[in-house]
Amino acid sequence: MRKHVNYIVLLVLIIIFPFLIKDNYTLTIGIFAGINSLVAMGLSLLMGYAGQVSLGQAGFYGIGAYVSAILALKFGVPVVLSAIVAALVSAFAAVLLAIPALKLKGHYLAVATLGFGEIIYIILNELGPGGPSGFGDIPQVSFMGYKMTGQISYFYLIWGIVFILIIFSYNIINSRIGRAMRAIHDTETGSSAMGVDVSALKIKIFILSAVYASIAGSFYAHYITFISPTTFSLFHSVLILTMVVIGGASNLFGAVVGAIIITVLPEALRKFEELDVLVYGLILTFSLLFIRKGIVPTLLQRLKKKGMANA
Amino acid sequence: MLKVEGIWKTFGGITALMDVSFKVESQEIKAVIGPNGAGKTTLFNVISGVYRADRGNIYFNEKKIDNLNPVKIARLGISRTFQNVELYGHMTVLENVMVGRYCKTKSGFLSCGFRLPNMVKEEREIRKVSEELLEYVGLYDKRDYLASELPIGSQRILEIARALATEPKLIMFDEPASGLNDAETKELSLFIKRLREEKKLTIILVEHDMGLVMDISDNIVVLNFGEKLAEGTPGEIRNNKLVIDAYLGEEELE
Repeated sequence: MRKHVNYIVLLVLIIIFPFLIKDNYTLTIGIFAGINSLVAMGLSLLMGYAGQVSLGQAGFYGIGAYVSAILALKFGVPVVLSAIVAALVSAFAAVLLAIPALKLKGHYLAVATLGFGEIIYIILNELGPGGPSGFGDIPQVSFMGYKMTGQISYFYLIWGIVFILIIFSYNIINSRIGRAMRAIHDTETGSSAMGVDVSALKIKIFILSAVYASIAGSFYAHYITFISPTTFSLFHSVLILTMVVIGGASNLFGAVVGAIIITVLPEALRKFEELDVLVYGLILTFSLLFIRKGIVPTLLQRLKKKGMANA
Repeated sequence: MLKVEGIWKTFGGITALMDVSFKVESQEIKAVIGPNGAGKTTLFNVISGVYRADRGNIYFNEKKIDNLNPVKIARLGISRTFQNVELYGHMTVLENVMVGRYCKTKSGFLSCGFRLPNMVKEEREIRKVSEELLEYVGLYDKRDYLASELPIGSQRILEIARALATEPKLIMFDEPASGLNDAETKELSLFIKRLREEKKLTIILVEHDMGLVMDISDNIVVLNFGEKLAEGTPGEIRNNKLVIDAYLGEEELE
């Protein structure tokens, strides 16, 4: 029941946000926050719940953007269908990466996924339309002939997807699959002895996180209508990782909160002018030093303690 | 039920198991004892598929299992606990047992993600069976605690409950009494006997607590430096000259 309350609060926030915020600039940031939330949620499932680190999420984000954009632009594939095909391509890439990489652990896995991200980055540079300068004129999302060009409708589209995937993810977390996934995070030996096929499960979660990133990439491309490889570099993977860690890896809502903060922060720091990067760095450093578990888990802990004290 | 035939296992230059053979009958309680480093845990790891034997065969209900991985062996009905308790510390007591139901259920990603009716039904079943097991072992009141919050004795019991959730025919306990006080050990021995009676289980245990071993075992295998030194009933083992020299020593045995 309490879980449903969370969902309802989130839904209400999503619905009223465009009414509170009238200017297009802020709405755009809101849309980017939603897109980043999708990628961060995938990584949160993989890292926070299943305990597998990835520094290659930008690679899947890039596949999602490029494949969907090229399909729509060059082959006239309807936009939502193009995103689905892109997600399948990402899933396939995830399998190819996961089979060898998930035999590795911790830092080694991180480095292998980092290598994957770099490979995708190089491919986009060398083989992508327009090479390093990218390409434009990517078709926008359209539903039954109606083009989704308005900021508000795109905001609802993105956050609608975020909302559905939050519910989907929580359902996974609280299912046999999610329990097994959290179990392998704690002990792989103890899990395989209970009949949990550890490597098969890891591959599946890896695919899921790749699909989340891919969907985000596709909707990014069709929103911004111009893409170039720079967006999908290692820096973006690190940024996604930062979102998950700042928000709190052990909680899916943490990924969303982290994504919002990391997206909004650089914009909010504009008033510091040339010092903005410095302040940004300081905020991140201090939040990692003082709220190690991330914002959401720390807040929950505080609330729980307070609740106990009151009772 | 279980037949271990001429098992050899070496690690680098060290021979951990040397031509070990024995049989376990259905609903028997078999203890494996021996000094530290005798190869007891290695033997468990070979049976449960964590390690592969260099030579030898293992049959479970006439089926050859020595070439199978731990997942397949668990699914065939051999479950186990661990010397260093391998629970899921960040999950609740109930969730730990529910993971044990994983191999008996099959909802996929889409069923789970959208909570389709078949998954909801299965989920209800998982919860029911797990709660019943917690009640059976006496940890139902603690179901919402994190596994890591339990005292060691309860953790060992929880590991047993989780193993039971996989509906094993054979269950292997690796030092179930270690870390327990005398009263808890006494309780454990009653509990293991009860398991055999009520769940029709076959049990193999590795244990150092001789009181417990002599009390509950039907049959004992003694390992020493990887070799089987002796096998027999508690009475026979207690009076075996070789065993006394190698392991039991001159201490008084009740």
